[in-house]
Amino acid sequence: MAQANAQTMSGPGTARQRRRRQTSDRTIANLFIWPTLILLILVNIFPLFYSLYLSFNEYSVISNQPPEWVGLENYQQILMNERSRYWHNFTVTGKYAVLSVGLQMLIGFGLAMLLRERFRGSGLITTLILIPMMLSPVVVGLFWKLIFDPSKGIFNYFVYTNAAGGDQWLSDPTLALWAIVIVDVWMWSPFVMLLCLSGLSAIPNYLYEAAAIDRASAFFQFRRITLPQVAPLLLIAVLFRTIEAFKAFDLVMGLTGGTPGDATETVAVRLYREAFLGKFNTGASSALAYIVLIVIIAVSNLYIRALNQVREG
Amino acid sequence: MLRKYSSILLLIVLAVSMVIGVGGATAARRQVTELTILWAEWDPANYLQEIGNRYEAETGIKVNVIQEPWGSFYDRMAAEWAAQGDAYDMVVGDSQWIGQGVEEGHYMDLTDFMVENGIHETVTPATLQFYGEYPAGSGRYYGYPTEGDAVGWAYRRDLFEDADNMAAFEEQYGYPLAPPTTWAQLRDIAEFFYRPDDNLYGIGVYTQIDYDGLTMGYETAMFSWGVDWWGEGYQVIGVVNSDKAVEALEFYKELYGYAPPGTNNAFYAEMNDVFINGQAAMIMNYFAFFPALNNPGVNPYADVTGYFATPEGPYGDRFTSLGGQGLSVLNYISDERKQASLDFIKWFATEEVQTQWAEVGGYTCNSAVLQSEAFLASTPYNAAFADSMTFVKDFWNIPEFGELLEPVQRYLNAYVVGGQGTAREALDNTALEQHDILVEAGYIEE
Repeated sequence: MAQANAQTMSGPGTARQRRRRQTSDRTIANLFIWPTLILLILVNIFPLFYSLYLSFNEYSVISNQPPEWVGLENYQQILMNERSRYWHNFTVTGKYAVLSVGLQMLIGFGLAMLLRERFRGSGLITTLILIPMMLSPVVVGLFWKLIFDPSKGIFNYFVYTNAAGGDQWLSDPTLALWAIVIVDVWMWSPFVMLLCLSGLSAIPNYLYEAAAIDRASAFFQFRRITLPQVAPLLLIAVLFRTIEAFKAFDLVMGLTGGTPGDATETVAVRLYREAFLGKFNTGASSALAYIVLIVIIAVSNLYIRALNQVREG
Repeated sequence: MLRKYSSILLLIVLAVSMVIGVGGATAARRQVTELTILWAEWDPANYLQEIGNRYEAETGIKVNVIQEPWGSFYDRMAAEWAAQGDAYDMVVGDSQWIGQGVEEGHYMDLTDFMVENGIHETVTPATLQFYGEYPAGSGRYYGYPTEGDAVGWAYRRDLFEDADNMAAFEEQYGYPLAPPTTWAQLRDIAEFFYRPDDNLYGIGVYTQIDYDGLTMGYETAMFSWGVDWWGEGYQVIGVVNSDKAVEALEFYKELYGYAPPGTNNAFYAEMNDVFINGQAAMIMNYFAFFPALNNPGVNPYADVTGYFATPEGPYGDRFTSLGGQGLSVLNYISDERKQASLDFIKWFATEEVQTQWAEVGGYTCNSAVLQSEAFLASTPYNAAFADSMTFVKDFWNIPEFGELLEPVQRYLNAYVVGGQGTAREALDNTALEQHDILVEAGYIEE
């Protein structure tokens, strides 16, 4: 009887309940996954593919005209038109990336080495050094514009004996790019320092102790212990900063707006000018965005390969 | 049976009543109680809101002036056009937008409305042409000239009227120091007051690259040299890079040489800044930004600030660059809202309201108000403004204006600010790129 009851209990009603419970778990899972997936598809995946489609079309988002298929013409115009200034924009971006990332690595790593040893006030100094990277790039751009001002700013005051007779950093075609590099280095060296500090603190002390017993010089210890141990994190910093340098926009707009002429016009600034600012060349700007994306992916791959090689030893 | 039919009849009557009721409610909803106008974020938009409040007091129709920062003003309007949205009933759009607004069907044709009500005759011809008419000379109107504006000049009277300066200037240049009547005099005065050791500079000129600042500044000189942005049949080669244009650009660069340092990407805000902080003896700026200079709370030199209109060029031409905007009705709103918008424009265009518009601070385009003694005497710059509005000129207003603008800004900034290349090279490159743009757009044949 008890068995019969148990059978009755585990009959169709209970099975339905169990099914409901199982379905319910799946539903809950779906409820978590699908909104995110839908959001991703709408906000990331669809625009990604739609902009790829638009890059093969002549299209302006404000023209009320449907996209007109032009094949590779937008890409040809960017890469092969003799009067195209896009190569110049890529050159400016490349110079900027090499200079700013290179200097950030040197200064960031140097700061990390200095702050590696704990001393009285080192925590406060580390926090103060980190402040620039917490600021908004547009704000940084605008106040450095004032700092570089030849008549009112303090930069020339410190660099030259006669501030008024000093250089106009933001209007000189050669110095303007350096001005942006200086600000970027000031802002982002702390980030590199932070990564390097975490790498340095992870190096076991016994390595140095063993080296000291073997009478290894400080330089030898640095070259054979410190550098190889920090290299993976340093490469990650290079990767992040290079990607950011290729997207440099807000700081450049805040400081120079790409001037004088297009001497400091990075690819991102040019992209903005093509996509908006009265032009609204949506098709051509989509093509340019894809070229930038391909360059960033290529550069990132090179770094990741290098990173793997370093890890494999 | 009868009861069944009665029930059906009752249901039909109820349904019809509901439809009529809903329809009536819809009709009631359609009655316009609010008008929305989009404009840039600046003082004149506040003045328009004040005028709108008076309209509400008279008619009960609320007027909202939505303000968008200048940097994103066009983007916001363009996005609304693309969506064919009805968020705004009217826009006080920049003069160069009119071609796009008309060609792409965003602006309502106001020709019959303006002609029937005689509104087109109440404003100065130049403002009607540049803020309202498209294509030029067609007699088709799409905007009511609302905020007239032009490039003018502010100067430090205390410096100009200083006895030592006057004597030294006359000795150096052979004529008395006074507001310039020619561009050559303007250059002499700029050179005279160029005193970097005293942190005083001769002149402030536009150099901004982001939108149209440098082009506005240069074209003020270019027009005064007798050059236009294109010739017969939209030809730019030989026009944009003509000998006179090269002369005008070299002259503009020379003026920039007397400008305060740090004005390498300067527009209206930076011009007022260098004047207010005492660095510039003279500045160019749109009249719309002169009220700040007349305010002692903002400008310590307000009491000794004078104003003059753009002087004459070396070949006898006298023009200044046009600013300002016209009020257009958007095509995507309902007929009721269109009619309500037209009613507002009709009211706004009356001489009485235009007088009020000028009193609150708006730059009216109404001929009668502009010529009235009360208007001319009400501020120190109104006389120069009224004078300037008789010789204004504008650049392209075709839909491709943004593309035409870009090479001018880029090449001229590189030459004027960066000192790269020559004026001839800058203008040759500009002309070639503009030629390609106009060919591609179908204005000229290859």
